[in-house]
Amino acid sequence: MLQDRTKGEVWVFAEQEEGKLSDVPRELLGKGRELADRLGVRLGAVLIGGKGVEPLSAQLFEAGADVVHVIEDDELAVFRGKAYRHAFVELIKECDPQIVIFGATHMGRDLAPAVASALRCGLTADCTDLQIGDYTDKKCTCEDGSPKIVKDVLLQIRPAFGGNIIATIVNPYNWPQMATVREGVMKPLDPQPGKTGEVVRHASHLEGVEIPVEVLEIVRRHSTVNLKGARIIVAGGAGVGSKENFKLLYDLAEALGGAVGGSRAAVDLGYCEHERQIGQTGVTVRPALFISCGISGAVQHLAGMQDSAKIIAINTDKDAPIFKVAHYGIVGDLNVVIPKMIKAIKQKG
Amino acid sequence: MNEKTKGREGGYNCVVCIKQVPDTKKVTGEAMKADGTINRAALPAIFNPEDRNALEAALRVKEQYGGTVTAIAMGLPAACAILREALMCGADKAYLVTDRKAAGSDTLATSYILSCAVRKFNPDLVFCGRQAIDGDTAQTGPQIAEKLDFAAITYLEDIEMDGDYAIATRDIGTGVEKDRVKLPALFTVTEKFGELRPYEVRRVMKYKKAKAPVENGGVALEGDFAIGQLSCDDIGAEADRCGFAGSPTNVNKIVSVVLAGGDYKEVAATDEGIGGLVSELIADHTIG
Repeated sequence: MLQDRTKGEVWVFAEQEEGKLSDVPRELLGKGRELADRLGVRLGAVLIGGKGVEPLSAQLFEAGADVVHVIEDDELAVFRGKAYRHAFVELIKECDPQIVIFGATHMGRDLAPAVASALRCGLTADCTDLQIGDYTDKKCTCEDGSPKIVKDVLLQIRPAFGGNIIATIVNPYNWPQMATVREGVMKPLDPQPGKTGEVVRHASHLEGVEIPVEVLEIVRRHSTVNLKGARIIVAGGAGVGSKENFKLLYDLAEALGGAVGGSRAAVDLGYCEHERQIGQTGVTVRPALFISCGISGAVQHLAGMQDSAKIIAINTDKDAPIFKVAHYGIVGDLNVVIPKMIKAIKQKG
Repeated sequence: MNEKTKGREGGYNCVVCIKQVPDTKKVTGEAMKADGTINRAALPAIFNPEDRNALEAALRVKEQYGGTVTAIAMGLPAACAILREALMCGADKAYLVTDRKAAGSDTLATSYILSCAVRKFNPDLVFCGRQAIDGDTAQTGPQIAEKLDFAAITYLEDIEMDGDYAIATRDIGTGVEKDRVKLPALFTVTEKFGELRPYEVRRVMKYKKAKAPVENGGVALEGDFAIGQLSCDDIGAEADRCGFAGSPTNVNKIVSVVLAGGDYKEVAATDEGIGGLVSELIADHTIG
């Protein structure tokens, strides 16, 4: 245990599957770098997997980590909640990080709550921002009667209540301070080729621990949709009217070399596939250009696209909330507007 | 489900944790109190959507392999409304966990209280909705499992039983995984599992009068349409791990989402308007 908990590292869970890192650890390391620098501590990545996972450390150093904590054990080759939780909890007890961040992926949302439960510490789900700041505890006063101030705590900022409010959550006492962060929300750093750091190997502590789950089969979905990587996105909502009409959006996306996304309403109505969903319960995107077609703009949807560099909104309802985040607004029927847009692109482009 | 798999003698003792939640799709200005907390009274209270899927999972196990289904809701007495719904759909027993000491519980304290309640029923299978729409945290289920030292299977899409094991199909985000899970186990269920069956007419007649003591002047109804009531003491939950005392997280600040802006450039839906916009985007290298 560390004597001074404020010296603890900032950690990021470096989620990997089949020996491949997803984008999430790089995104988390981007934010983690900022937090660690602000606190003047090291940024660590936690890499857990089967034998041979250690070489992934190189990518984590290039993405910003100072140190990579590696736990290799063939019992950890495939994610199983209890095995990962057990190994992670022992690692936290050994090293005392002050902050631990997970991606709000299926794996992260399985592992993080179990780790927090075992350590009896707080956990904030689906944060959209993390900052360091002071917390004034009004319930606890100092000897001179002034409120107690806890310095440099993790401010965990997240939408709540269906996106209608933004709450800042703190966990000032039961450290480590833990949070999950939605995919695509944090920006990765520019990779620093050749940057290295310290690799620290740790034991899994799994001897004699019964793991009650056997993974029989995994069928991977090979996603053909890459919204996060798209420079231009054309997205549709309920206002598109039908699955057939969605074809117009594909035509526009093709003319622009972009990808097609949808609001939750469009997905629920069956106009487009679930993997195209943009918003709080889908993907968060920030393309160079976002063309919104027939989307009214529920806060949950806006949360997933409002950081786009340029937003064009097309809607028949001039009062639709989507216009509040738009840079260009076209009040009109998308069945008329989109063909005109395609025509103009083909003439001028 | 695969008909070849078999259950076991006596079936399975299933517990379902359900929550009554404000319908967050209907939040308006009046639903917020001055201190930034939610005025739950101003919103319709509903049966949390994915908890309905969890109840369906338990009812399907009972239907196919036998056993019992017990529904547990933690909350205010008003939560009895969803316990009655659970009984009307086929749950055998319903219990309300209600206690002032539970007020202000975050997910850690909530999962502790529920784990104490669940333990009382010594279940083989526990089902929870993946997440509740008022918090969207998806933390309570896995945390209950950790406290009970049960296997936890998240994002359940299908289940069949094989003796002392469950064969579970779950979504792992990048695909679908099939697990063989030793009981006892807890599952968090998503909407992909399938919708909750409708009420049974016979059960509606019977259970519409079901009440917990707290709704009946503190007196328990007789017969099997009584809703059980449990306090923190009844389930052996330690006061310092419940409610505010047992919750490490604090809400530091709440800000209502106010959309700024409205400052967009209007483009006419004409050939000239749209042509001009496209030229502008080409000129600043956004497209082309």
